[in-house]
Amino acid sequence: MNRIQATLDNLKAQGRKALIPFITAGDPALDKTVPLMHGLVEAGADIIELGVPFSDPMADGPTIQRASERALKNGMSLRGVLEMVAEFRKTDAATPVVLMGYGNPIEAMGWETFASRCAEVGVDGALTVDFPPEESHEAFEHLQRHDIAPIFLLAPTTDEARIERVAKLARGYVYYVSLKGVTGAGNLDLAAIADKMPQLRKHIRLPIGVGFGIRDGETARKIADIADAVVIGSRIVQEIEHSAPEAVVANVKHFVAGVRAALDK
Amino acid sequence: MRLRTLTYSYPDQSGHFGPYGGIYMAETLIPAVEELRREYLRYRDDPEFKAEFAYELKHYVGRPSPIYHAKRLSEHLGGAQIYLKREDLNHTGAHKVNNAIGQALLAKRMGKKRVIAETGAGMHGVATATVAARFGMECIVYMGADDIQRQAPNVFRMKLLGATVVPVESGSKTLKDACNEAIRDWVTNVETTFYIFGTAAGPHPYPMMVRDFQCVIGNEAKVQMPELIGRQPDAVIACVGGGSNAIGLFHPYIEETSVAIIGVEAGGHGVATGKHAAPLTGDAKVGVLHGNKVYLMQDENGQIIETHSISAGLDYPGVGPEHCLLKDMGRAQYVAANDDEALAAFDALCRYEGIIPALESSHALAHAMKIAPGMAKDKVLLVNLSGRGDKDMNTVARIKGITL
Ligand SMILES: Cc1ncc(COP(=O)(O)O)c(C=O)c1O
Repeated sequence: MNRIQATLDNLKAQGRKALIPFITAGDPALDKTVPLMHGLVEAGADIIELGVPFSDPMADGPTIQRASERALKNGMSLRGVLEMVAEFRKTDAATPVVLMGYGNPIEAMGWETFASRCAEVGVDGALTVDFPPEESHEAFEHLQRHDIAPIFLLAPTTDEARIERVAKLARGYVYYVSLKGVTGAGNLDLAAIADKMPQLRKHIRLPIGVGFGIRDGETARKIADIADAVVIGSRIVQEIEHSAPEAVVANVKHFVAGVRAALDK
Repeated sequence: MRLRTLTYSYPDQSGHFGPYGGIYMAETLIPAVEELRREYLRYRDDPEFKAEFAYELKHYVGRPSPIYHAKRLSEHLGGAQIYLKREDLNHTGAHKVNNAIGQALLAKRMGKKRVIAETGAGMHGVATATVAARFGMECIVYMGADDIQRQAPNVFRMKLLGATVVPVESGSKTLKDACNEAIRDWVTNVETTFYIFGTAAGPHPYPMMVRDFQCVIGNEAKVQMPELIGRQPDAVIACVGGGSNAIGLFHPYIEETSVAIIGVEAGGHGVATGKHAAPLTGDAKVGVLHGNKVYLMQDENGQIIETHSISAGLDYPGVGPEHCLLKDMGRAQYVAANDDEALAAFDALCRYEGIIPALESSHALAHAMKIAPGMAKDKVLLVNLSGRGDKDMNTVARIKGITL
């Protein structure tokens, strides 16, 4: 069984909610990513979303844009990200890892090579921001062949027909973007999210994660009341950006542990 | 081998031109592009919409734009006759306004009161600011910080017209980064905002819609050329940034297989140097950016690379999907003109014809000047003079070492 499903089933059985932090691979330095991943797990992360940096991150706000720029400057590439996951897997065989990014680096590598490498190094899912279901046929075939879960985004603007369509294709979990906007924006509307949930649940049997705009334990707790998983990205990336290199892992762990505690309350 | 007959009908229902095009967008925007597609298809053949568009083009833009025989330049070159389709004479000084009006009319029907645009050379930004003023809409234009330097007069024009110009400091600070920022705005304000996209690229329906609006160029030319010379030209030539002025001229000629079609990309320092903006000529790999699958300048890891061109309007790593298909089909030929060739063409048109062309258009002219001398005097090349050069005074002065 895919690690994502095992993890989420297990949490459900315990009545707990999943915490899914996001970091950009290669930020702030190449040799910090694997320690950060382990740190996230120690602080209570259930699944790791690992960002693959792209030169033109159109769906991201300034914080993750800067992380991408730093990572690319450090020489990060999709190939390098896959090697990092292999390194991480040497000491962590259980925590699911989902790669998140834009389609072009995968197109350049080729979907078959990408999917088979993912399986080899222990990547469990892939979220390609700019590949909607309409354009994902080829991608799917390859991901499916290697049991890599295609993770999809749904948005406040997504109508019911599309929700139904995505429900049929998605594996692992579905990621509901909690606001109209780029990552890191601050205009989260809890009531609107709660209103959308029944429509999502009507079609989606998979766990639903909510992300974009979640910045603290308190908000995470409120999201956890209505969703199955909480995704936190920009706030963690900010922690990385503002930390001295030697303190970065400790600071991120401290922040994530705080959110974990709030979630488990 | 030259095709004899050709029936051509792209894009398909899903917005693909063969393997190119599509709707590669983040989920938040998919419903928006879907709504746009629906609304565009609803109005595309609506007599009232078409009549209003035609009225604006005639009375506001000043169409039809004339075709002018550049006789002195042709004589000087000693070969084929060069004719110019004078898009530079349009209101706002370039072909961009044709498309901006079409999209603004659609925005009006969709009840959107806020329009956004990206711009490179500033011509599309000026066109959008102009139509926003004309129709009473709020207008935000995203422009790379480097381009703001290069095209200062256009920045001032947009401000005079009431638009807000937002400098984009990310990435290479040019057109592609302005696109990224406009897309971010659209994601955030999707319900109130219409994105007036400036070229025949991006997610479906933009490549089709922008082409349709720009086809007025080629449709006019097909009537004007027989009036002028009793037949169609031997070749039609246009510069290719994203490809809107080019597809507007080319599309009506696609099935006229006796007419050669030549797109001219920005060769920058030379295609061989790697410092250019010529994805079709430079054998770029196919990739995905800004909502469509196209030939795209990128490194081996799929990261988009910085482009180089003297002209801000051509300084873009991709190209519209229809040009990608026309290249693969062999129906159009794509070549590049370097910075210095474009500058020489710019000078020549100033001196021989008293017309100051945009640096973008100078690329198309440069290629015509390259091939004309080797052709018979009764051959005819129709060059799309996509815009006028007033905006480029600072750039050209700097290159010539002159302080204004
Ligand atoms: C005068 C002129 N010509 C050509 C272009 C290139 O765009 P396109 O390839 O869409 O015609 C521009 C873009 O700014 C322009 O201003």
